[in-house]
Amino acid sequence: MKKTAMISVCAMACFVATGLGGCTDSVRQRDLTIVGWGGSSQRAHRDAYWTSFVVDTGITLQEDVWHGGIGVLRTKIQAGAADWDIVQVETEELILGCEEGLFEPINWQMLGGREAFIEPSVHDCGVGAMVWSQLFGYDADRMPEGPRNWAQFWDVQRFPGRRGLRRTPKYTLEFALMADGVEPADVYSVLRTPQGVDRAFRKLDELKPYTVWWSSISQVPDLLASGQVAVSMTSPGRLLVANREEGRNFRVVWDGNIYAVDYWVILKGSPRKAQAMQLIAHMKQPQNEVRLPQFIPTGLSNREAIAMLDPALKRDTPSNPENLRHAVELDAQFWVENSDALTRRFNAWAAR
Amino acid sequence: MPALEASLSTGLHQPSDAGSLRRALRRGERGRKRMALALIVPLALFLLVSFLVPIALLLARGFTEREVPQIWPATAAALRAWDGTGLPDKAVASLFVEDLVASRRSGQLSTAASRLNYAVPGARTLVIRTAVALPLPPGSEPLAGLIQLDPRWGERETWAAMRQAAHGYTGFYLLAALDLRTDADGQVQPVPQEQAVFIDVFARTFWISAVVAALCALFGYPLAYMLANLPERVAHVLLVFVLVPFWTSVLVRTAAWMVLLQDRGLINDLLRDLGLIAEPLQLIYNRTGVYIAMTHVLLPYFVLPLYAVMKCVPAATQRAALSLGATPLQTFWRVYFPQTAPGAAAGALIVFILALGYYITPALVGGPEDQMISYFIAFYTNQSLNWGMAAALSLVLLAATLLLLLVHGRLSGRRELTMR
Repeated sequence: MKKTAMISVCAMACFVATGLGGCTDSVRQRDLTIVGWGGSSQRAHRDAYWTSFVVDTGITLQEDVWHGGIGVLRTKIQAGAADWDIVQVETEELILGCEEGLFEPINWQMLGGREAFIEPSVHDCGVGAMVWSQLFGYDADRMPEGPRNWAQFWDVQRFPGRRGLRRTPKYTLEFALMADGVEPADVYSVLRTPQGVDRAFRKLDELKPYTVWWSSISQVPDLLASGQVAVSMTSPGRLLVANREEGRNFRVVWDGNIYAVDYWVILKGSPRKAQAMQLIAHMKQPQNEVRLPQFIPTGLSNREAIAMLDPALKRDTPSNPENLRHAVELDAQFWVENSDALTRRFNAWAAR
Repeated sequence: MPALEASLSTGLHQPSDAGSLRRALRRGERGRKRMALALIVPLALFLLVSFLVPIALLLARGFTEREVPQIWPATAAALRAWDGTGLPDKAVASLFVEDLVASRRSGQLSTAASRLNYAVPGARTLVIRTAVALPLPPGSEPLAGLIQLDPRWGERETWAAMRQAAHGYTGFYLLAALDLRTDADGQVQPVPQEQAVFIDVFARTFWISAVVAALCALFGYPLAYMLANLPERVAHVLLVFVLVPFWTSVLVRTAAWMVLLQDRGLINDLLRDLGLIAEPLQLIYNRTGVYIAMTHVLLPYFVLPLYAVMKCVPAATQRAALSLGATPLQTFWRVYFPQTAPGAAAGALIVFILALGYYITPALVGGPEDQMISYFIAFYTNQSLNWGMAAALSLVLLAATLLLLLVHGRLSGRRELTMR
């Protein structure tokens, strides 16, 4: 009997040991792995860059999808043996992760120098992947003439129907201030004062009874198409892709949009750092980068690529100077500093 | 068991051969116990190393400070010695200036700065800007120099927050999880009303879980009863309908409910076509949607244990009750139900505890006033990297749940006693 017990203990130990051994082995041997935001954005990147990279270099490329959250990256790196190499991150994740030392520094020489890129897309730890915006849109089949700015978005008498907003204080407070008459350029200086925050919440009070709060941007096309909401905050790409692929008639309004850059970062300690840098360089070559807007309407980061871009494709992207005239760049520093307190306040407000 | 054996051996006269028999039995028993223990050793070790220890380490973040004591050790020691009145003296300030420079060089500055930001929003920029502006002009007095860089260094609150973060153990996060904080004088105070959210969210979490458990019991009991009393072959087919959703991802089931419940979803369309309603009912993005979707998602956890218990209830007891003149209702209520009550209680408890940790379903079908505590735990873990806060919220949830379990154990224990 005792012997059997010993054998089972040994068997278990061996199983655990080989299991762990197997893991480290597979990490050592896994392919270069790139991680994007999934959905139409991931498809666009694959069609624009990744397929041609694999053909050109013969390097096998693996894809994964994530939904953001710097905690995910911190956990992966602290656990050792992160299974991702390149990740597309938002500005706050770039700032926090770079300060925490979660990312490898970017070799800007390989990319043609920092000057080749528009200023917001240059960072020690990341390269601008694309420029995107948050704005609002509606279904022109249901509402032929929709609101034209945030003040009208708030006007439920003139444009009846429910409003879709993201269930976070980020963007929502900025839009509320613009609806209250704050100029885009002044939004963050107002929001940095306690009176400004109060003002934003007071403005949100007006819209609260009419608001549907969504949590994932992929809900927006459905919310609009099903008539659950009349107007919704969104990123233009989701709606414009639905127009093209599903024959929808969504319209987006650029007035008072918030734009920001997504970045490519290389995770600290990546065993495939050189290949990762090679892939980033491939994506950022002007003749390659210029392909992306064919697949998804987003802004570019390489100056030369922006100059090359077909004006018809440029029209619906943040690379169109028209679209940035009455707009504000997301102040990621503000949110890094205030998101804890404002998220708490936002949720306390929402429950009241 | 040992007490029973002790009373047996002291209270009764045993012939000696019976005693040796008992000893032999006990020896055998002991061997078997040891054997059983040996069998679970690998699993226990595995759980300890891969599960319990990491969880304990994470939860410890809810009441320990690591950032300031580790990154600015000299300042932390000096601040601990400071009595907290007025402003710290220039010795503290000069140590702090040195620590700032050193932490900036070692790349840990922002970690410590973030910690201060949890207590004083805006402190992050303050610390980082100050560190970048260093060194102070030669010959300047350190505290005055800091104040000249930014007047907030002349405020007691800034230093008090640093002093609070300088100790090894902290109540900071746990207090915050209960909507409390300590002010510059060290007094515990409620946070300003517009920041008070967690007590509400905890109450909401327990309330939603209780309602979902009750709904599961309401719908699940008749279902389990039907399954248990149908002919085997039919029951097995119907069980598949319970099991298929059980094996389907929560995300898929929640997404399906989103399709069903929306304004122009199947349910509203049907009701409208039947002429029952003119305007669509608000079934989603509110509490109703959360109850409906969570009840459906968790229903199998109630039905399956109850079904197992019901299958073991001997039909003879009911027949006996009926033959002794009980009405069908009495038979059910006084004979059948008590025998299934433990199964129902177990099912409800499983549902309740699983519901406490729910995240995806309320996130997708609820409104902002329906978010449960895991939403905030995920927020602090993933978005803001404030793991101390995440750990403190988890600790409070764990403690409250254990307390409830204890109460439940006491109550159900007493009920069983009175039933006997």
